[in-house]
Amino acid sequence: MASHDHHADHDHPGGSELSELQLRVRALETTLTEKGYVEPAALDAIIEACETRIGPHNGARVVAKAWVDPAFRKALLDDGSKAVATLGHLSRVGEHLVAVENSPTTHNIVVCTLCSCYPWDLLGLPPVWYKSTPYRSRTVKDPRGVLSDFGVTLPADTEIRVWDSTAETRFLVLPIRPAGTERWNEEQLATLITRDSMIGTGLARAPGEIA
Amino acid sequence: MDGVHDMGGMDGFGPVESERNEPVFHAAWEGRVLAMTRAMGAASGWTIDMQRFAREQIPPHVYLAVSYYQKWLLGVQRMLLDHGLVDAEELSAGHALRPPAPLKRGPFRLADVPRIMRRGTFGRTASAPAHFKIGDRVRAKNIHPRTHTRLPRYARGRLGVVERIQGCHVFPDAVARGEGEQPQWLYTVVFDGRELWGADADPTLRVSIEAFEPYLDPA
Repeated sequence: MASHDHHADHDHPGGSELSELQLRVRALETTLTEKGYVEPAALDAIIEACETRIGPHNGARVVAKAWVDPAFRKALLDDGSKAVATLGHLSRVGEHLVAVENSPTTHNIVVCTLCSCYPWDLLGLPPVWYKSTPYRSRTVKDPRGVLSDFGVTLPADTEIRVWDSTAETRFLVLPIRPAGTERWNEEQLATLITRDSMIGTGLARAPGEIA
Repeated sequence: MDGVHDMGGMDGFGPVESERNEPVFHAAWEGRVLAMTRAMGAASGWTIDMQRFAREQIPPHVYLAVSYYQKWLLGVQRMLLDHGLVDAEELSAGHALRPPAPLKRGPFRLADVPRIMRRGTFGRTASAPAHFKIGDRVRAKNIHPRTHTRLPRYARGRLGVVERIQGCHVFPDAVARGEGEQPQWLYTVVFDGRELWGADADPTLRVSIEAFEPYLDPA
């Protein structure tokens, strides 16, 4: 069998420092490659796409457009997948996207209590905390407690709406557009739209919060 | 299955800790595990729910102790063993010791990558009209299948309202049992926080789940 260790030791030049986990993973990849099931170059390409092509910058462009374009906002709230598909650069985004809008009276938060469902095509791979036991267990029961872990406090009478992603629908939160941004264009607005604000564990940044 | 993965509403796991400037992967092996799982899923025709069920069957003490991508590693190893694509001796040797088994969709190649970087489509043509309409009161069934289900325990037996109809989708419970897609209508069902968590619950809380029609009774 041909050697396929082309990606070996990228991050541990000595090789001897490889952790047991790294060794187990490499052993599995060696086996799958020797069997002819996968091409290592294809695995490289998946990782590269996850690290560069997908990410919250995509979601931020969608939200920024919704903030400046009322017709797009309405289309997005009516049918998220269809609206996003009209933006050419996001043609890889999949189906069943549901956009939900925050307002002064309702705050939306997205969770997956059963696993880690997340709109990765729009926001990239989920952060560790989203997949963590504390977030998955508490958000449906004590969302204000979870929000306080993120430093977010909402008025006591704001309705908290939690969306548990128990099927293949995926949720994107449209945060409230910050005050003082009336003259900002989409590119400028996108810098205010954090990943967490599109999950609902954060708010969009205020103009004064960015450097 | 009533597994530890179904953790909505459990107490005692502590605060949520977010990491500033978190990298996509914390170690190179995590990316390899994700990529192998995606690639082997595409090559073998494993569905998302078969893969979820494999991870749900990780023993609870292990599930809670290991990291996310360690669960994925355990999950993909289980899938490979269950489908006869790799055997235990090969897993421990870290080499192919036997000829390959046929893959449902053929080996995973570089050209296949763009296809899997788009989320899948789970909508299917309905064979019957939706049983419920928006505004209907429904009660989530009190079911405890030993196999995969997407009805979380905290919602079972609880009274909710149909808020949206999300179309007709592949039914995870059937797929994970190897019984085919059996598409079902999917609804957003919203519950009052006090219905789920009792009189002391946050009165401003409402929680929705995405519920397949077989999970619901009229109420």
